Amino acid sequence: MAESDNIVVETAEKIFADLADPQEVNNDKKNSWQGPLWQALSEAGLPLSWVPDDLGGSGASLADGFALLNAAGRFAVAVPLAETMLAGWLLAQAKIASPEGEMTVLPASPKDRITLDADGSLSGRARGVPFAKAAKHFAVLAHGKDGVSIALVDAAKARIESGLNVGYDHSDTVTLDKVQPVTLKAASKGFDQTTMMLMGGVARSLQIAGALESMLDISVRYSNERVAFEKKISKFQAVQHNLARLAGESAAALAAATSAADAIANATRFDDEVYLEAASAKIRCAEAAEKGGAIAHQVHGAIGFTLEHILHRYSLRALAWRDDFGSESHWAVELGKLVANRGADELWPLVASR
Amino acid sequence: MTAALRFDPIRLPEKCEQLRKEVRAFLAEEIAAGTFDPHKPNREDTDAPEFSRRVGAKGWLGMTWPKKYGGQERSFLERYVVTEEMRVANAPTRRFFVADRQSGPVLIKYAPENIKMEILPRICRGEICFAIGMSEPNSGSDLFAAKTRATKTDGGYLINGTKIWTSSAHIADYMIAIFRTSAPTKENRRHGLTQFLVKMKQPGIQVNPIGQITGQYEFNEVVFTDFFVPDDHVLGEVDGAWKQATSELAYERSGPERFLETYYVLTELVRAVGPNPDTRSAEGIGRLVAQLHTMRRMSVSVAGMLEAGKEPVVEASIVKDIGTVWEQQLPHRVRDLAAFVEETATNRETLERQLDFAIKTAPKLTIQGGTTEVLRGIIARGLGLR
Repeated sequence: MAESDNIVVETAEKIFADLADPQEVNNDKKNSWQGPLWQALSEAGLPLSWVPDDLGGSGASLADGFALLNAAGRFAVAVPLAETMLAGWLLAQAKIASPEGEMTVLPASPKDRITLDADGSLSGRARGVPFAKAAKHFAVLAHGKDGVSIALVDAAKARIESGLNVGYDHSDTVTLDKVQPVTLKAASKGFDQTTMMLMGGVARSLQIAGALESMLDISVRYSNERVAFEKKISKFQAVQHNLARLAGESAAALAAATSAADAIANATRFDDEVYLEAASAKIRCAEAAEKGGAIAHQVHGAIGFTLEHILHRYSLRALAWRDDFGSESHWAVELGKLVANRGADELWPLVASR
Repeated sequence: MTAALRFDPIRLPEKCEQLRKEVRAFLAEEIAAGTFDPHKPNREDTDAPEFSRRVGAKGWLGMTWPKKYGGQERSFLERYVVTEEMRVANAPTRRFFVADRQSGPVLIKYAPENIKMEILPRICRGEICFAIGMSEPNSGSDLFAAKTRATKTDGGYLINGTKIWTSSAHIADYMIAIFRTSAPTKENRRHGLTQFLVKMKQPGIQVNPIGQITGQYEFNEVVFTDFFVPDDHVLGEVDGAWKQATSELAYERSGPERFLETYYVLTELVRAVGPNPDTRSAEGIGRLVAQLHTMRRMSVSVAGMLEAGKEPVVEASIVKDIGTVWEQQLPHRVRDLAAFVEETATNRETLERQLDFAIKTAPKLTIQGGTTEVLRGIIARGLGLR
């Protein structure tokens, strides 16, 4: 995705460059960058990009929001920007206004379920919820006897067991035990947990693609600086071919993620074609995170394995993002079932649908 | 950023979908009439001149070319749809595919007007077959080591030497080849090669078929002995072929043929596992479909850039690198997944026969039309490493 294609991305990139420079963030052991960054993002209305004006947001298009997430991936942004955007989007699906402050969504895995009891309270456990510890509110998708509802929940009413993902970001277990939501409304017809997981998966895909773009960028630069055996390592064919493969993985991730984002942004409903796009993006981006990240580390050698170097901010987050909203294994099984169920002769028409 | 790689999402316009329906209907009729068997992958065995003419009559050859040369002035995205539907159906495209993809565009760019008027309409009608004369016994990936000589004589050139691995030379009516007209210079080792149009099936050209490990005889050795080529068959600048190669490469490298060569085994695997696959089969199929979908979206994106008049050489090389490695691995992954398919699956025999052929085909996929190593070199140059 091009940088600075639109005003949302331009604004975000300026904020990231000023307040979330990966090297400065990495040097700051006290995380004192987080507060100013979140404040600047909030003042620019970015966390509530996907919330319409009348529900308290800035009403950006889905496409602009996706481009923003790709940019956030390029900076390995480690504040709950994607999570708050997804939460605002989820709440807006039921016309619930978004409050100020950090939010996240639950469940964050297709395997977990939150249930809505007859008394209007919510119960259930959600694992691997990104930035739950930092969130003031949760946007919750719950299953009741009348179908799917969406709720705004005060984070203080939940039990949170803190955890970290492989990228050192919060990934927590949230337990709701007969929690009364702030607001609860029925989801629009046809909206279900799968839709929410696909949307979350595409968000993560764009972040992974962005991280890979940066990994390619810093790996190419490093190879043009580092000298070994009396020449720049970029002049060794083995290194060149590794970097060419990294470019391929980065390109594949970007193409898969932006294609899925485009499909969702222009879809009237989540049909099989959108399912193919979104599931494929998560699967292919997760594969690229593994293969591409490994090459970026290989090119950097020992220095890239240090906490002092910024590479791990991208490589480990890209790996961690694979797990959120359904892993690539989960989506591969689901996509495989969908394909098998449609039948052999319906595979090509599905693939060639746009 | 070092690398400004772009793969913008392209949505095929509505007219493409209409065209797709027409192509599918046409192919269904051809299959019903017994022209070819879509389950039989070794389509290269079949030379189908009549089929070729019928495709031409549909207006699907040279479809992006100017109307005065027999073309339709349609978009690259429409051509893309025709190409991918033909591939997926295992249609016998050998007779026209090279001319349509590559040779015609070279002629449009570099041939004199009289040659264009004579030959291009015949390509569009599906009447003639082209071969590409690049490799020689001691010059493969290193194109600029070519030694076959074109020596100036009255009114033209005399050709002496040998081309090799030349696909379809045994049925081709024409070849577009590079021959040495001068020695390379100290400053530029690429200097001295010239592109020529060669009329085949004449004295002075001997075509010797070479057996391939698939059992087919699809490529050839082509020996030139004092073979005369007239002056107006020179394509472009004498000694300057190296300047002319790059722009065509994006077309050659990024099409659907660069990842669909073994696609049929995936379809047949889906048929074999049935509507309720176990977890292992489902996951395997899901990953393969996700990878396929991603490559197609990349390939369509490159087609969109070509349509917009860009020259996405690096992006096209990435599509071919990832695409050919994938289609090479595909039969082996399908074989893995098929290991536990029920013995009673009705298409088991078809799948096994297809796998046998695809596994034998696989090694060539990362060699033909630019090896993986050459492609990665081009990508590395695009990244600023060379």
